[in-house]
Amino acid sequence: MVVGAIQDLGWAATRFVETLGEMALFGVNIARALVTPPSRFRLWVEELYKLGVLSLVIIGVCGLAVGMVLGLQGYNTLSRFGAAESLGAVVGLSLLRELGPVLTALLATGRAGSATTAEIGTMVATEQLDGLRMLSVDPIHFVIMPKAMAMIFVMPILSTLFILCGIAGGYLVGVELMGVDAGNYMSTLRSNVDFRDDVVGSMLKAFIFGILVGLIATYRGYKAAPTSAGVSAATTSTVVIASVAILISDYVITALWGV
Amino acid sequence: MTRSPTRDFIVGLFVLVGLLALGYLSVSIGGLRYNGAGGLPLFAVFDETGGLKPRAPVVISGVKVGQVKSIALNKDFRARVEIDVDRNLKLPSDTTASIVTAGLLGDRYITLGIGGEDEYLKPGDEIAFTESAVILERLIGKFIHNAGVSRPGAGEGDKDP
Amino acid sequence: MRAAPVQEGVAEARVEFRDVHMAFGGRRVLRGLSCSFPAGQISVVLGGSGSGKSTLLRLIGGIVRPQTGAVMVAGEDVARASERELQHLRGRLGMMFQGGALLDSMTVFDNLALPLREHGEKEAAVEAAVHQCLSAVGLSNVDELLPGQLSGGMTKRVALARAILTRPQILLCDEPFSGLDPISSRRIESLLVGINRQSGMTMVVVSHHIASTMRMAGHVLILLPDGGVEGSPAELRGSSDPRVASFLSEDIDESYAATDAPVEFLPINTNRAV
Repeated sequence: MVVGAIQDLGWAATRFVETLGEMALFGVNIARALVTPPSRFRLWVEELYKLGVLSLVIIGVCGLAVGMVLGLQGYNTLSRFGAAESLGAVVGLSLLRELGPVLTALLATGRAGSATTAEIGTMVATEQLDGLRMLSVDPIHFVIMPKAMAMIFVMPILSTLFILCGIAGGYLVGVELMGVDAGNYMSTLRSNVDFRDDVVGSMLKAFIFGILVGLIATYRGYKAAPTSAGVSAATTSTVVIASVAILISDYVITALWGV
Repeated sequence: MTRSPTRDFIVGLFVLVGLLALGYLSVSIGGLRYNGAGGLPLFAVFDETGGLKPRAPVVISGVKVGQVKSIALNKDFRARVEIDVDRNLKLPSDTTASIVTAGLLGDRYITLGIGGEDEYLKPGDEIAFTESAVILERLIGKFIHNAGVSRPGAGEGDKDP
Repeated sequence: MRAAPVQEGVAEARVEFRDVHMAFGGRRVLRGLSCSFPAGQISVVLGGSGSGKSTLLRLIGGIVRPQTGAVMVAGEDVARASERELQHLRGRLGMMFQGGALLDSMTVFDNLALPLREHGEKEAAVEAAVHQCLSAVGLSNVDELLPGQLSGGMTKRVALARAILTRPQILLCDEPFSGLDPISSRRIESLLVGINRQSGMTMVVVSHHIASTMRMAGHVLILLPDGGVEGSPAELRGSSDPRVASFLSEDIDESYAATDAPVEFLPINTNRAV
C-alpha cells in the first residue's frame, strides 16, 4: 500500500514536470507566433475589449472595497501607535506592493481567465480549431496569441486602476470617516512611495502575473477534452492553477526584487 | 474584418486611461519627476553613515536638490559618499554636508549647509566639511555612562543602576 | 484567383492508405488499413460508430498521425510531412466538418472570407468569391448572420461553401447528412454530386446513410471490425461476402428498429412500503 502511494506520487511528479514542459513549449510557440506576420492587431483589440474593458467594473468596485477595508484596518492599528496620520502611506504601499497586483491578477483569473479557457475549450470541442488548420491557418497564431498578448497587456493597466481605486477608498474611509487630515494622507503617500522600488516593482509583478494567467488560461483551453465536461474541468483548473501560480510567484518576485 | 468603430474607440480610451493612471501613479505619487535634473557630482567623506542608502535625498533648506549615488569605503576605512545634485546650483567651497534623520526613527538623508566663500564647487570636488550620522544607541549609551560617572561614589563599591 | 488547377492535376488527386495502424490511448481504431480513393470520384466511407470513419478523414488532413503506415495524399505522405509541408498540402484540401466548425464569433461572410484574406486576396475578389460560393450552395442574404443563427441545413451548406472556396483538389466531408431532415439531405447530396460533376473534384465522404451512398458514390469503402472492404456500389451489392451483405441490408429502413425480444414492461409498484 505504501509502495502504491509512492508510485502514485512519482507518477504525479512526472506528469507535473511533463505538463510544465508542454506549457513552456506552448509559450515558445506563442512567442514565435507573435513575431510572425501577419499582425493580428484587430483580433488583439477585440481581446483587449473582452478581457480589459469588460473587467473594469469588477476591478474598480473591488479596488474601492479593498481600499476602504485597508483604510479601516489601517486606521485602527495605526492609531494604537499614534501614527494614524500615516494612513496614506500604509494604504498606498500595501496596494502598490502586494494587494494591487495580486488581487487584480486573482480577479482577472476568475473573470477573464476562465472566460478565455471556456472559449478556447469550446472551440476545440466544436472542431473550430481543426477547421482553421484545414484552411491552412495556424490556430495558435489566429486564436491563442491575440488572447495571451491581450492578457499580458491588460494586467498592468487593470492593476494600476485597482490601486488608484484603492487609494481613493482608503481616502474615503480615512479622511471622510475617520478624520485623518487630507493633506497628510496624500503627503505621506507621496513621500513614502518610491518610483523605482514600488511603482516599477508593482508593474513588474502585474506584467509577470499577466504572462502566467495568459499562458495558463490559453493552454488549459487548448488542451481541454473535446466534451462539455472537459471544457468545464479545464475552466476550473485554470482558476485553481493560475491562482496558486500567482501567489507562489508573488513570493519569488518579492524576494528577488527586494520590494 | 471591419469591427465596430465604437469598440475600437472604447478600447483606445481604456488604454489611454490606463496609461494616464500609470503616469499619475508614477509622477504624482511615485515622485518620478526628479530623474533628469542632476549633473553635478560631488563627494563627501564621513566617519559614520548610519544606514544612509543610495538614492536617499540630498536637501538644502528642506528642498530636495539631488540624491545619493553611491557609498563606498575609502582606504582610510571611512565612508566616501558620492552625491548628484542639480547642475544649476552654485555651492560655495565651504559648503557642509551632514547626515540627518527624517523624524526620530526615519530614514537617513543628507542636508547641505551653505557657506560664504566666493569660489564654487566644481563637478567631482570633495566637500571638505562633513558631519557624520548620529547613532541613537551610542548617544543613549554615552548619556547613561556619563550619568553613572557623575554620581558621587559610583565606580567603586556599590554600583547603582 | 487562379482558375482551378484540377484539370491538370487530376491524376494526382487521389488518396491512398498503406497499411495504416491507428490507436487512441489503448484503443485500436484502424488495423493495417490499405485502401485507395480514386481521383475525380466520390468515395464514401461506411461503417458503424467507432469504426474509425472520422479518424480516417483526420488522417488525410494530417490533423492526427498514424502509429505506422503511409497516407498518400496527391503523391505526398501526410503521415511523415512536417508542419510547414502540411500547411502547403492543405491548400489542396477542403474539409466539411460534421458540426460545421465555423468560427462562432464571426459572421458567415467573415468565416468564408477568412482563408482568402489570409492569403492576401483583395477585398473585391474576396467578396466576389464568397458570394459565388454561397450561391453555388443555394444560399443568399446570409452574410451578416452568425453561425448560431443558422439552421442545421444552412450550417452544412455554409460549411460546404467554405470547403470549396479555395477550389481544392480533394474534398473531405464528415457526415454531411447527419442531423438533417430528408429534404435537406437530398439537397446536400445533389450539391455534392453537382460539384463533383462540374469540377472533377475528388471527394471522400464519411456517411452512415446507405441509400444516398449507393446513389452517389463511385467507390465505397466499408470499415468492418476486422478490416475494410472496398469496391464500387454495384460490386458490393452483388458481393458474396456475408459481412458486406448484412451491413448493407441494415438501416435501409429508417423507421423503428424491430427487436426480436419484446421488452418487458415492469409496472412500478406504488404499494410497497418504503
